Amino acid sequence: MIPEALAGRRIALTGATGFLGTALTEKLLRSIPECELVLLVRPGRRGATERIRRDVLRNDAFDRLRATLGNDGFRTETTQRLRAVAADVSADGLGLDAEGRDLLAGCDVVIHAAAAVAFDNPFDLAVETNLLGPIRLVELLGELGTTPHLVSVSTAYVAGNRRGFAPEELLSESHFAVAMDWRAEAASVRRSRDSIEDDSRSPERLEEFSAEADAELGAAGTAALSAKREQIRQRWVRTRLVEVGRARSASLGFPDSYGLTKALAEAALTETRGAVPLTIVRPSIIESAVAEPFPGWIRGFRMAEPIIISYARGLLQDFPGIPEGTLDVIPVDMVAAAVCAVAADGPAADGRPNVVQVASGAVNPFRFADLHDWSHAWFCEHPIYDERNQPISPPRWSYPSRKRVQTQLDRARRTLLAGEKILSALPVRGEKAGRAAEFAEKRALVERALSYVELYSGYVECQATFGVDRLLALHESLTPDDQQNFGFDPRRIDWHRYVTEIHLPSVIAQGRLKTAPAVRAGADRDTRRRQQVLSPQRHMAAFDLENTLVASNVVASWGWLATKRMPVADRARLVASTLAEAPKLLDLDRHDRSDFLRYFYRRFAGAPVDQLADDAMEMFSDLLLRQSFPAAIRRVRHHRALGHRTVLITGALDFVIAPFAPLFDDIVCASLTRTRSGAAYTGQLANVPPTGESRAEALLDYAAREEISLANSVAYADSTSDLPMLEAVGFPVAVNPETKLATLARRRGWLIENFRRAPGGPRKLLPLAQPVVRR
Amino acid sequence: MNPRTASPTPRPGFVLEVERSTPPILFHHGEGFRLERLPAGRSRVIYPPSPLEGLPDPAGAIRHALEHPLDSEPLPALLRPGMKLTIAFDDISLPLPPMQRPDVRQQVIETVLDMAAAAGVDDVHLIAALALHRRMTESELRHAVGDRVYDAFAPSRRLYNHDAEDPDGMVVLGVTDHGEEVQMSRRAAESDLVVYVNINIVAMDGGWKSTATGLSGYQGLRHHHNVATMLKSRSFMDQRKSELHHSNWRQGAVLRDSGPRIFQIETTINNNSFGTSGSLSMLQKREWEWTARDRATFLAMQGGLQVMSPAARRRAFQSWRAPYAITSVQAGEVEAVHKVTTENVYRQQLVAVEGQTDVLTMGLPYICPYNVNSIMNPILVMCLGLGYFFNLYRGRPLVRPGGVVIMTHPTPWEFHPVHHPSYIDFFEQVLADTTDPAEIEARYEVQYATDEWYRHLYRTSYAYHGVHPFYMWYWGAHALSYLGRVIVVGGDRAAVRRMGFAPASSLSDALEIAGDVVGSHPSITHLHLPPFVMADVS
Repeated sequence: MIPEALAGRRIALTGATGFLGTALTEKLLRSIPECELVLLVRPGRRGATERIRRDVLRNDAFDRLRATLGNDGFRTETTQRLRAVAADVSADGLGLDAEGRDLLAGCDVVIHAAAAVAFDNPFDLAVETNLLGPIRLVELLGELGTTPHLVSVSTAYVAGNRRGFAPEELLSESHFAVAMDWRAEAASVRRSRDSIEDDSRSPERLEEFSAEADAELGAAGTAALSAKREQIRQRWVRTRLVEVGRARSASLGFPDSYGLTKALAEAALTETRGAVPLTIVRPSIIESAVAEPFPGWIRGFRMAEPIIISYARGLLQDFPGIPEGTLDVIPVDMVAAAVCAVAADGPAADGRPNVVQVASGAVNPFRFADLHDWSHAWFCEHPIYDERNQPISPPRWSYPSRKRVQTQLDRARRTLLAGEKILSALPVRGEKAGRAAEFAEKRALVERALSYVELYSGYVECQATFGVDRLLALHESLTPDDQQNFGFDPRRIDWHRYVTEIHLPSVIAQGRLKTAPAVRAGADRDTRRRQQVLSPQRHMAAFDLENTLVASNVVASWGWLATKRMPVADRARLVASTLAEAPKLLDLDRHDRSDFLRYFYRRFAGAPVDQLADDAMEMFSDLLLRQSFPAAIRRVRHHRALGHRTVLITGALDFVIAPFAPLFDDIVCASLTRTRSGAAYTGQLANVPPTGESRAEALLDYAAREEISLANSVAYADSTSDLPMLEAVGFPVAVNPETKLATLARRRGWLIENFRRAPGGPRKLLPLAQPVVRR
Repeated sequence: MNPRTASPTPRPGFVLEVERSTPPILFHHGEGFRLERLPAGRSRVIYPPSPLEGLPDPAGAIRHALEHPLDSEPLPALLRPGMKLTIAFDDISLPLPPMQRPDVRQQVIETVLDMAAAAGVDDVHLIAALALHRRMTESELRHAVGDRVYDAFAPSRRLYNHDAEDPDGMVVLGVTDHGEEVQMSRRAAESDLVVYVNINIVAMDGGWKSTATGLSGYQGLRHHHNVATMLKSRSFMDQRKSELHHSNWRQGAVLRDSGPRIFQIETTINNNSFGTSGSLSMLQKREWEWTARDRATFLAMQGGLQVMSPAARRRAFQSWRAPYAITSVQAGEVEAVHKVTTENVYRQQLVAVEGQTDVLTMGLPYICPYNVNSIMNPILVMCLGLGYFFNLYRGRPLVRPGGVVIMTHPTPWEFHPVHHPSYIDFFEQVLADTTDPAEIEARYEVQYATDEWYRHLYRTSYAYHGVHPFYMWYWGAHALSYLGRVIVVGGDRAAVRRMGFAPASSLSDALEIAGDVVGSHPSITHLHLPPFVMADVS
């Protein structure tokens, strides 16, 4: 009897926060009432015990046990039987403290289920976790001088891209095994990491990253651009390391670095385990539970789910694979039960490492075409709804070659990218700019589909059959009660029922897909975001001026003021010379806004202070208000009415925006120094104009001085040069955004407001003051 | 000939009974027109009288009026050196459309200034008596008073717009026996003489309303610019039955007793809005009298308007200057003057109409008093139709109680950002909540009237006062409570619905909709204006 065999035993478990780990913890707690558990987890910020409480015990897997024991009973049970130990498989000695070491030393069984399971992990992370992790574990056991039964969870795919039968034997015993030196691989990956890191810092690369950051953000200021460049660099390093892993795995005949590192780990464990008795359990693709703790239980997204969801959304119009090929899936509760049985059974009597495969393909094959056909039928009956509340019709796959699917997707990706580039080069704003953002989103979806095809098609094309003789023998050896409570015979799975009644409903629920047209009762997303922005709890609303409140700019204001008292004859010359200079001005502006302002404001040298103040008042009515966004002005007033502090932060000059003063509690703007007499301006800036990052700094200073919470504040702006300001607050709003900001705002879920210009306002490039006609 | 009285009586107004042979009738439709066939046998069209002949010698008539005033000493006798003289004049809202140069005001003011100069008066201020209307721009002031006057007074800040929100610039002169405060511009109140220069285009204008309203502020205006007063003004175009006027006259009594001496100069103009010849002359002709040339011009104009952008259409219409002629000038004591003025207005506009109608139709033009050089927003559409046009009656309303008004106007959801900022918020916030005038008044008026931002824009920019859209809505309060339904043909549906009206895409659709209220064969009356006409309903 399994419960008796493990009664009174202390069992250590790594990877408890993972899918299989959670299932194992639950199974051991519920079905083996007299064992004690030591969970080795990364402590996170809150410590190991709290992490277990939050990330493991709160999972719905434990609902069943909690229901049986009651809340108090459950708490008592877990407090008495569970010990959480802070551990890290990537640290020597697993980073255990003295108490942890004592606890581990007293264990009878150690189940190692921690792994980096993503198929697209950077190679170094896969090696550190999957290969060196278990080695550190056995080294620690050796150091502690204990020899518990080590049950190491591996994967059936250590067999690689092999066709045909893969029995339950050590890789070294296989005919197909390629001799691999795990030490050399580990050493090499570390060198690769170093060299890629070095490469990423070379001037050429940094220049590439810089260009990419510029293209994405524009003149967003040094801080934002630096952060972006560094982010791009790190992403580049990661991508390179993923590529290294993929290439190395492919060269050794593995679909990805997960299979390879697990295979290396098996070899390494066998070699370094010393006196520690070892059983290797190799599950195939672990999916949702068929029965325990309840049918359909799943934690996180596994291999098939992203594909199923992309399929249901109509994103994967086709998928490569062999329709009659086997998809080797095994429900998680069977794996957990098998691990328990293995632990209870104890190590092999001869001291040799034992291998048990938990897979279905050899005895109850699940055809890839069946999955598709059943899913198709199921989604036809239970369609997913798109954002327009239309049911999505699931596509029919024709199983073309992988290359063809990749070519198709790649073509789509390139078309979208071209459209995106064209749109972002056009001077469009607001809704039109949103179109570019839609392109970017569609491209991201296509890229994701492409990555699924690259990542997963290896698995669906796999034609290996994993032997399960030992598994079945183990199952045979169980008592009828154990077979009832710890069943793991894959022959008992009814795949059609599993797919249509258990797995798909569970995946849909987990993925929070829209299974019915949205009822119009609730507010839509924009309305909800607007409500958040206009919540009375906000402290401050900061506004940019140009293209946020008014569709005007410093050049237009200057043109108006310069022509206010100019004879009609001279106006044409002024317009011509300004337009001729436009490309230079635009370039300067794109590069650095404050340089542009500094250069441009020189034009005000010698301008009389009083006259400009009078004229600015007229310009307010004749130009600024007529080019304003009335809805934006309403918004400022709305914030004020809610008791928020309203602040205008702009690179425009103080006398230009003075008439806006009653709208705002405070104004942060540029100003010019005056001549000694004070009657005229010098054309030189008196302060650093608040643009780009200095705008964010001005905002930070202001908030600090006034004791305002920026996290609770709102900022309105129109361009990526305002990004630092938008990022500084908790509730950024993109107003009539240009393409780059529109894309960013959509991606980040910011509120986008497309305010309409007041009707009938001037639309000329350089609007001039109206000459007074005397008759 | 006495230049004060006018010349031969032109063709009077006319009520046409529509028959099968009646050509389609012209409906104004904002910056455009519609030709509509009215059902024969039960429709009638009220045409205004033809323009009266103008005074042959306006300058002489003006001088004569000032020298021979009614119930007053002649103006020159009231002028003496060292005195404080204030000349107040009607603002941009009059006349409609604006008139060709020289404006009546310019002609009158130049004469007054000549007399003041002759008497050695130095301290003269000229104030545009705009109450809570928007300030006039430099070019608008120049148009009203002429360049000579403008250049002589504006640079030294002696010609300016009235500022009802100037904390130091307003005084309260007293309270009427009804408890109404009488507020006035401090400069006017402290003057030895206020000369008011008026243009009377409809019967509502002039009299004590010139000074008691024009030079007042919110504190004084709220006593008659409110829902209760408007519900009791039937109509506000008929002074005898207008609570609006009764209140102004009570305030006038306080002005007379406690305020500055007032010398009122009132002028009337004929209704020659579009010219008796020229490109728009067909607009004031009766349709069956259109010549081939009129028809061709009209078609060409319709075609041209269709290809123009809304902004260009607006500019084209707003640039029209009417060739009005002065039909009378009278000066002196306010009430005596106004009596004569009103008679002259009636002489030009009054048409006798027999009985009420089930459905009143009206084509709303591109302009109303509050959108000169601006945009006719939906609230102004309501005000022009249900305020001004509905009230152009004497005796009984043209339409029966519970009847239907059908107006044609594109009613775009557009607002002038400079002139009508508080209208935007009124439309977005207040009307989204309720369209009931009394509820609007109770819940929102004070908040808008005292809003700092609106006050700032009224005083320094060119915005109507924050409370102004409320007054526009109150102007239609009587019609709203009186009518069974209001239908707007060809309007922006959302904007029309926001105001609680029914949108219709054609006149026949509108008549179908009206059928729910007035039955399937209602009597229909079309008020054919502009030019202005006032119905004397028996």
